[in-house]
Amino acid sequence: MTSSLRLRAGLVSIALLAAFLGIWHLATRSTAPVATMSPEYAKLMGLTATQGKSAMPGPLDVGAKLWEHFKRPFYDNGPNDKGLGIQLAYSIARVGTGYLLAVLVAIPLGFLIGMSPLLSKALDPFIQVLKPISPLAWMPLALYTIKDSSISAIFVIFICSIWPMLLNTVFGVASVRKEWINVARTLEVGTVRRAFTVILPAAAPTILTGMRISIGIAWLVIVAAEMLVGGTGIGYFVWNEWNNLSITNVIIAILLIGVVGMLLDQILARFTRMVTFPE
Amino acid sequence: MTDKFVSIEGIAKRYPGANGATTTVFENLWLSMARGEFCCVIGHSGCGKTTVLNILAGLDTPSEGAVIVDGQAISGTSLDRAVIFQSHALLPWRTVLGNVSYAVSSKWRSWDRAKVKAHAQKFIDLVGLTGSEHKRPSELSGGMKQRVGIARALSITPKMMLMDEPFSALDALTRGTLQDEVRRICLETGQTAFMITHDVDEAIYLADKIFLMTNGPGAVLAEVVENPLPRDRGRTDLHRHPLYYALRNHIIDFLVTRSKTFTTEKPDHDPRNVPVVRIGKPGLTIASNGEEQRQTWTPGTTPGLTA
Repeated sequence: MTSSLRLRAGLVSIALLAAFLGIWHLATRSTAPVATMSPEYAKLMGLTATQGKSAMPGPLDVGAKLWEHFKRPFYDNGPNDKGLGIQLAYSIARVGTGYLLAVLVAIPLGFLIGMSPLLSKALDPFIQVLKPISPLAWMPLALYTIKDSSISAIFVIFICSIWPMLLNTVFGVASVRKEWINVARTLEVGTVRRAFTVILPAAAPTILTGMRISIGIAWLVIVAAEMLVGGTGIGYFVWNEWNNLSITNVIIAILLIGVVGMLLDQILARFTRMVTFPE
Repeated sequence: MTDKFVSIEGIAKRYPGANGATTTVFENLWLSMARGEFCCVIGHSGCGKTTVLNILAGLDTPSEGAVIVDGQAISGTSLDRAVIFQSHALLPWRTVLGNVSYAVSSKWRSWDRAKVKAHAQKFIDLVGLTGSEHKRPSELSGGMKQRVGIARALSITPKMMLMDEPFSALDALTRGTLQDEVRRICLETGQTAFMITHDVDEAIYLADKIFLMTNGPGAVLAEVVENPLPRDRGRTDLHRHPLYYALRNHIIDFLVTRSKTFTTEKPDHDPRNVPVVRIGKPGLTIASNGEEQRQTWTPGTTPGLTA
């Protein structure tokens, strides 16, 4: 029953994709020549003018270009012409660094805040004010103080991914079932051992959920941040190809951003499943 | 005088109420237990039974008074006093063996893995869970979960066991089996046990002494009822004992009517000197205010009961 449901859902997905690609192809295909013009003018104007081709690339153009990129993902022809693999690697490295720094800060801090009602109350106003700030608003301040665009981008990732993790850790730690804490208390388990053997496993699913939200936000923000700082990365690639008026490359970049984002989310989802316990 | 292994001395519990007033759940509560004794507390909800148990466990602190266990005033929780929780409180991310081992390694921190495992396994076998060591709590039935709770409590070889309605969430059949096991284990190991229950038959089967508490707030320990049934009583023929109904009726009467009226009827009740009720032994009954008629039951007085 389930397998047949999955099969049917898969078929519907494929049909939807085919329909989308078909409509896209029909909407952007070449029509008959629009007007007669001098060959030199026609050469200057390109297919758009001579054959009524849409300025928007069709699925076949994008597919061909994508195949080209897949064949040479890591070439480096100088600052403005690098393979997509290299650009994505830059972005993933920035997200990874900023995100790991945020994990190192948010989880221990979340533990402290969650376990101490005093700290929780004292830090709450700061968190409430800092949390809604758009991460990109930090960019000028980061550029001014750090004086390095690449590190500033990492800082922006750090600051945007810290809040969901921090708040989820605080919530997870503060709402560990009282009876589990009491078990540890009646067994005279010390604070540190209790934190690792009771609170951490009990709060882990909530913490991992926060980490999953954070990686999603970090991947959203890196594209915008790289458009601002420039130089390398998939965000810079999108903006650079817009300046080159290569819509094909922009579409390919959009597609890849989606795929990488999905992969990052799936990795975190797998970790979440590993620490989730049935009650 | 019996030795006082556990002595609760004048404890009170008060909570700050609305607009500055304080709510007193109970106050000036005195109670003692001998080593190896099985005691049950019976009373209606809200009389502070669980609070008394939590204070004994060290999970809660009394607003006044002290608790002395084995000659020492308690301060906080201790591995000497194991708690069996009503909701079993197993750690769901650990297996059966993991849950028991956690307790074992908490008590004997220097033990290596193999020694901890062997010790834990001994207690898993004792409660009849051999073969389920590697299951997680979610894969166990309610009765099996509570067995793990019992194994965990026993595995640290405590001086006493504290049980907060441990079987109330179980079906009647499972409850009966577990009562048998708890009784067997307590008799074999000579455990001192303090149990809260709402089930009169459970108290009669398990307890040597039954503490009757009046309704809260302002609850008092009204009577200590000594169980007249023989120590080798069995669950199946319990109700055939000539004193069974006398004992049962006495407790039910208390719960139905006297738990509400006790404090007004007995204004001079001395909480330090709670009357001990010995059913069926009129000569030994200590009844305050000459209420012997009510507090003394002799075999055969209950209609329809022939010994």
